[in-house]
Amino acid sequence: MAYFEIKDFRKSFGNTEVLRGIDFSMEKGEVVSIIGSSGSGKTTLLRCINLIEQADVGTMTLGGEMLFDGKQGKQKEKDLRYKRMQLGLVFQSFNLFPQYTVLKNVMLAPMLHNKEIAKSKQELRMLNEKSEADARELIEQIGLTEKIDFYPSQLSGGQQQRVAIARALAINPGVLCFDEPTSALDPELTREVLKVILDLKRRGRTMIVVTHEMEFARKVSSKVIFMANGVIEEEGHPEELFENPKSPILKNFLLSSKEGFDGEVDLSK
Amino acid sequence: MEGFLSDFLRLLGAFSQSLIIFSFTLVIAIPLGVIICSGSMSKVKVLRAIVRGFIAIIRGTPLMLQLILVCYGPSMIFSGFSWRVALGQFEYWRIVIAIMTFGVNYACYFSEIFRGGILSIPQGQTEAGKVLGFTKTQIFFKVTLLQVINRIVPPMSNEIITLVKDTSLAQIIMVAELTYTTNEMSRTSGGSLWPLLAAGAFYFCFNAIVTVILSKLEKKLSYIKA
Repeated sequence: MAYFEIKDFRKSFGNTEVLRGIDFSMEKGEVVSIIGSSGSGKTTLLRCINLIEQADVGTMTLGGEMLFDGKQGKQKEKDLRYKRMQLGLVFQSFNLFPQYTVLKNVMLAPMLHNKEIAKSKQELRMLNEKSEADARELIEQIGLTEKIDFYPSQLSGGQQQRVAIARALAINPGVLCFDEPTSALDPELTREVLKVILDLKRRGRTMIVVTHEMEFARKVSSKVIFMANGVIEEEGHPEELFENPKSPILKNFLLSSKEGFDGEVDLSK
Repeated sequence: MEGFLSDFLRLLGAFSQSLIIFSFTLVIAIPLGVIICSGSMSKVKVLRAIVRGFIAIIRGTPLMLQLILVCYGPSMIFSGFSWRVALGQFEYWRIVIAIMTFGVNYACYFSEIFRGGILSIPQGQTEAGKVLGFTKTQIFFKVTLLQVINRIVPPMSNEIITLVKDTSLAQIIMVAELTYTTNEMSRTSGGSLWPLLAAGAFYFCFNAIVTVILSKLEKKLSYIKA
C-alpha cells in the first residue's frame, strides 16, 4: 500500500462537478506536481486533501490510516481537526496571522496543541520550550532568523511565504501541500521560495505542489500530474510528460505555457 | 463669587449625570452588541430574521422617540404601571430608563459594526487556522478577534463620540443632565449665555479626552496590517 493514496475523489458545487474521480498515490519522500489551466480542479483537489472541503465521494489514506471516507458522510469539524493536522497547506496568498510575529506565527499551532495534551503546568512549560526551540530551528531553516521578531507586514512577499512554509511544517504534517505558492510573487521572490521547497525535498519531505512554474515542476518532482476538467488527463515522470506528452489537451497546454505572450494582441491600441 | 461657585457645582453635578449615562451605556451596549451581533449572524434563519428586524427598527427610528416610548409607553398600555414603583422608588429612576434605552439603541449600532468587522476578515485567515488544526473557538479568539478589534476601532470611535453628545437627549424624559440643566440655568438667570457656553466647553473637553484615548488605542494596534 502506498504511503499516501487518494481513490475516486469526486466533488460538486451545485450542479458543477469540479472533481470527477481523482485517483493517485505517492510514496514517502516523493514530490508530486500538479499542473493544469485554471478551473481544472487543482485547487479544489488540494482543499479536499486538506479537508477544508470534504469530497462527496472517495477515500484518502495516509500511512495506512484512513483520513477520509466519503461513505461516512459529512464529518463534524471536531473529528476533522486531528486529521487536518496530518496534512499541511501553504496558500497562494500566504495567510499569515498579521497580529503575530514570525516566531509566534510558527509556534502558535504547536503551543495550542500543547495546552490540550499537557497534564500539568510544568509539563506545559516544557512542551512549549520544546516547541519554541523547534520553531526557531524551522525559521533558521528558511533563513529568516534575523526577522524572527518582525510582523508579517514588515516582510516581503517571498519572506512571508517562507514563514508560511515554516508555520505549516511546525505541525510536522505527513504530506505538505502547496497551492500555487509563487503565483503572488515577483520572479526574484519566486526563486527564494522555490529554493526552500527544493531544500525540503532534499530533507525527504513528502509534498504535493500545485504550480504554474513548469521548469520548477520538472526539476522538483518525481511525478507530474496534469489535470483538465476535473480528471487526471495525464500523469508521469516529468521528463516523459514534458518531452513526450500524449494527450492533445496537454500538448496544447504545454505549447501555450511555453509561448506565453504570443504577441497577437496589439498593446498600442 | 459665591454665586459662581454654586453655579459651577451645579454644572458639575449635571455633567456627572451625563457621564453616568455615557459610561453605563457603554458598559451595557458593548457586550449586548456582541450578543446581538451573534444573533444577526446566526445560522438559525428565524433568529437571524428576528434580530435583524429588531436592529432595523431601532436604527430606523429616532432615539428621542424611543426614550419617550420606553418612559411613558408602559403606563399608557397598563394603567397603573409606574416605572418609579417598578424600579423600587429609586430616586434616579429616569436615568435608569435613559441608560437602558441608550444601551439597547447603541448595542444595535455596535452590533452592525462588529458584524462588518468580522465579515471583513479574509476567509484565508480562518482557513489557515483550520489547516493548522485549530478549533472554531481557537480560530475566533487566537486568529480573528484581535484583527476585528483593530478594524472596528475607528468606526467605534465615531459612535462613542456621538454618544457623548447624544446623552443630551435624555432631557426629553426629564433627566437633569448637562444640556437640560444649563438650559434651565440660562432661563432662570434671565437669558444668560454663559451656562450654555460652559456646557459646550464640557462636552468638547470630554470628547477631546475620549478622542485622545481612542486614537492611542488605534495607534497601539497599528502593527496589525493585513
